[in-house]
Amino acid sequence: MDVLDLTRLQFAVVTIYHYFFVPLSISLAASAAGLQIAWLRTRRAEYLHLTKFVGKLLIVTFAVGVVTGLVQEFQFGLGWSAFANFYGDVFGPTLAIEGMLAFFLEATFLALWYFGWDRLPRLVHTACIVIVAAGTLLSAFIILAANSFMQNPVAYALDPATGRARLTSFTELMLNKVNLAAFPHTMAGALMVGGALLLALGVWRLAADPAYRILARLGAWLTLAGGGFTALTGDHLGKVITEVQPMKMAAAEALYETTSGAPFAVFATGKPLPEFALEIPWLLSILAKGDPGATVQGIDDLQAQYAAEFGPGSYVPMIPVAFWTFRLMIGAGMLAMAVAAFYLWRTRKARQAPHWLTRWLPLIPLLPAAANTFGWIFTETARQPWIAFGISKTADGISPGLTSTEVLFSLAGFTLVYGVLAVVWLRLVRHLARQPLAASSPSPADKSDLAPVY
Amino acid sequence: MITLWFSVVVLAWVLFFVLEGFDFGVGVLGPLLGRDDHERGAAVRTIGPFWDGNEVWLVAAIGVTFAAFPAWYGALLSGLYVPMVVLLLLLAVRGVALEFRGKGDGERYRRRADVALAASSLGIVLLWGALLAVFVRGLALGADGQVTGAGLARSLDPVLTGEALLGALGALLAALLLGATFLSLRTSGPLRRRARMLARWLGTGGAVALLLTGVLTSSPLALVAAVLSFAAGLLARAGREALAFATTALAVAGAVVAVFTARGAVVLHSTVDPAFSLTRASAAATPQALELITWAGVLILPGVLAYQAFSYWVFRRRVASERVPS
Ligand code: HDD
Ligand code: HEM
Ligand code: HEM
Repeated sequence: MDVLDLTRLQFAVVTIYHYFFVPLSISLAASAAGLQIAWLRTRRAEYLHLTKFVGKLLIVTFAVGVVTGLVQEFQFGLGWSAFANFYGDVFGPTLAIEGMLAFFLEATFLALWYFGWDRLPRLVHTACIVIVAAGTLLSAFIILAANSFMQNPVAYALDPATGRARLTSFTELMLNKVNLAAFPHTMAGALMVGGALLLALGVWRLAADPAYRILARLGAWLTLAGGGFTALTGDHLGKVITEVQPMKMAAAEALYETTSGAPFAVFATGKPLPEFALEIPWLLSILAKGDPGATVQGIDDLQAQYAAEFGPGSYVPMIPVAFWTFRLMIGAGMLAMAVAAFYLWRTRKARQAPHWLTRWLPLIPLLPAAANTFGWIFTETARQPWIAFGISKTADGISPGLTSTEVLFSLAGFTLVYGVLAVVWLRLVRHLARQPLAASSPSPADKSDLAPVY
Repeated sequence: MITLWFSVVVLAWVLFFVLEGFDFGVGVLGPLLGRDDHERGAAVRTIGPFWDGNEVWLVAAIGVTFAAFPAWYGALLSGLYVPMVVLLLLLAVRGVALEFRGKGDGERYRRRADVALAASSLGIVLLWGALLAVFVRGLALGADGQVTGAGLARSLDPVLTGEALLGALGALLAALLLGATFLSLRTSGPLRRRARMLARWLGTGGAVALLLTGVLTSSPLALVAAVLSFAAGLLARAGREALAFATTALAVAGAVVAVFTARGAVVLHSTVDPAFSLTRASAAATPQALELITWAGVLILPGVLAYQAFSYWVFRRRVASERVPS
C-alpha cells in the first residue's frame, strides 16, 4: 500500500468509528428528551428512571463521540492538507460554524442537564436536553452539507488565479439537494441504531424491572419507524444520486449497458458482476427514475462520456464493493426492521416474547450499525476516483510530503486506542444497564456541595 | 479584515489555553493531590461540568484557523503530523477517562481512570508546550509550503529540540498553577489547603518559566505575564483564591498572545528560507469567506459566551472533599 491508500484507509477507519457513536448520540438525546417530557406530563416514576438511565448511556456515548470528532476536525489538515487548502473556503467556514453553532450548544447544555437535576427549575432543565437533541441534529445537518459538497459540488467558483474553490453562497451550500435528501436518510438510520440499542437493553434486563418493558417496546417502535423512514428517504436519495452521480448508481447495480426498464438484481455472481443474477423486473428503473420504463445509463456509456469530458483515465469505481455494500445496507436495515416488528407483534397486549427471541434480541443493534457502515462505504468508495465529484481527484488531495511511516504509525495508534475505547465503552454500557433502575441518579455526590464560591 | 481575523484566531486559542489549561492542570493535580478515592473524585468533579465546553474551544480554535487561514491550518497540521496525532490520542484517552470515571464500579476501576487521566493530561500539557515553542520557532517549510523528510522524523524532529523542551516545561508549570488555583477555589477542606500550598510555590516557578518564554519570544508581554504569575503566587499565599486564579489566567493569556505574535505578520516561519514563510496575507482565505465567518461569529459567539457563563454560575458551589455521611 502506498501513502495514498494508507491515508484513505485511515480516513475510512477513523470516520466510520466516529459514526458508530454519532447516530447513537443523536437518537439517545432525542429519546432522553422524549422520556423526560413524558415524565413531566404523566409524572410516572418509570419515565423518570428511564430518562436517567438513557441519560447515562448518552453521556458515555457522547464522550466517545466528542473525542473521536475532535480527530475528524484535525484530519483534513493532517492527511489532506492539499484538499484543505483547495477547499478551505468551503470547508473551513462550514466546520467553524458547526463548532460555534452546534458543538458549544451540545457540550454546555448536556453538562447543565446531566449535573443540573436539582439546580435548575424543571422546565429549564427539560429545555436543556431538548436543546442538546436539537444541537445534535444541527451538527449532523451542517457536516452532511460538507459531505454533500463532495458528492455534488455547489455554491462555489474556481478562482482562476489560485485554482482554489471559492464559496459563493453559504445558504446554497447548506441546501444542496444531496444534503436535503441525505440528512433525513441518515437521521432515520440513526433512529434505527438508537432504537435497536434501547430494544436490546430493555429485553436483556426485562426480568429486573417492569419499566424495561417500556424501554424495549419504545426501542422496537423507533427501530420500526426508523426502518420505514430509511426506505422512503433512501428511495428519494437514490433518485437524487442517479441524477448527480449516475456512475455511482450504475456501479451499485453492476449495470454495464444502458437499459430501459432495467431490473434490480437482488443477488448476483460472476467475475465482473453479474454472470448469474436473481432479478426483479423494472425495479431498478423505478428506484432510479420513478418510472418502470425509464432508461438507466450503464457503466460503459458513462465511462466513455467521462473520458471525453474529463480526459483519459478510469472513472469506474470498484463494482463488487458498490454492488454488495448497497445490498448489505438495505438487507441489514430491513432485517432489523422486520425483527422489531415481529417483537412488537409477539409482545402485543402484555404478551411475553418467546424465549429464543429474547435470547438473541440483544444482538440487534449490530444490524442497523452495519447498515450505516455499509451505506457510508458505498457512498464514499463509489464516488472514486473523485474527492469532490467532477472537480478534483482523491489523489490530488493528500498532504504532500507525508510519509507512509507516519501514516502507518498513526493508523496503528488510532486502531489501538480506538479498540481499547470500544471495549471500555461496551463494558461500561453493560455495567450501567446492570444497575437497579430506581437507584439511578446521575450525580449522587452532588448533594454534598457547599457554599457558592462566585 | 485579515488583522481582525488574526485577532479572532488568537482569541480562540487564548480562550482554549486558559479554559482547558485549568482543566488540564486539575487533570494532572487532582489524582496526585487527592489522598483517597473520595478526594480524587471531588477534584474531578470540579471540572466535570466544564471540560467538554472548554474542549470545544479547541474545536473552535482549529475551525476558525481553518476557516480564516486554510494554508496555515494545512501546513501546521501536516508538518507536525506525528505530534498532532499523539496529541489527539492523548486527548481521546483523557476525555474518556474523565467521563467514565464516576460511572464504573469499584475503587480499582476509578484508580485506573485516575492514572489514565493524570498521565494523559500530563502528556497533553507537555506536548502543547513543545508545540507552542515550535509555533514560535517555525518549521522547515519548502518552497511549496510543505515540510519534506523521511519517515517519522519528518514531523517528529521539530518537537525534539531544546526550545521545545523549554516550552513543555513552561506549559507544565503554567497548567499546574492554573489547576492549583482553580482547585483551591472550587474545593474545601484538606484538598483546598493542599492546592493553595502548591499554588504559592508554583507562582514563582511559573514566573521563571514565563521569563524564559519572554527570552524565547523576545516579547514584553511574556515579561508582564511573568510578573502576573509571581503575583498569583503571592495572592494564593494571602488566601485571595479568586484573584489568584484570575491573575494566573491573565498570565497564561499574555503568554499565548506573545507566542502567536512573536513573528509579527509571519504566522509560520520557515527555517529553510524566510522567503518560504507563511504570512497572514498569504495564508488567508478569500474576503468572502472571511466576511461569512465574521457574520457567523458576531451572531453566534455572544450567545455562546452567555450560556457558558450561565453554566459556570449554575455550578458555582464548592465541591466538598470531606466524606459526608449519607
Ligand atoms: C440503518 C441504516 C440504513 C438503511 C436501512 C438504509 N440506508 Fe441508505 N444509507 C445509510 C443508511 C441506511 C447511511 C449510512 O446513512 C448513508 C450513507 C451516506 C448517506 O447519506 O446515508 C446511506 C446512503 C444511501 C445512498 C447513497 C447516498 C450517496 O451516495 O450520497 C443511497 C442511494 C441509499 N442509501 C438508499 C437506500 C435505500 C433505497 C434503502 C432502502 C431501504 C436504504 N438506503 C436503507
Ligand atoms: C462530512 C462528512 C465527511 C467528509 C467531509 C468526508 C470526507 C472524506 C475524505 C476527504 C475522504 C478521503 C478521500 C477519498 O478517499 O475520497 C473520505 C473517504 C472515506 N470516507 Fe468520508 N467524509 C465524510 C463522512 C464520512 C462518514 C460519516 C463515513 C462513514 C461512516 C465516511 C466514510 C468514508 C470512507 C469509507 C472513505 C474511504 C473511501 C475510499 O478511499 O475509497 N465518510 N471521506
Ligand atoms: C468528517 C467529518 C466530521 C467532522 C470534522 C466531525 C467533527 C466532530 C467533532 C469535533 C465533534 C465533537 C463535538 C463536541 O466537542 O461536542 C463531533 C461530534 C458529533 N458529530 Fe461529527 N464530525 C464529522 C462527521 C460527522 C458526521 C458525518 C455526522 C452526522 C451525520 C456527525 C455528527 C456529529 C454529531 C451529531 C456530534 C455530536 C454528538 C457526539 O458527540 O456524539 N459528524 N463531530
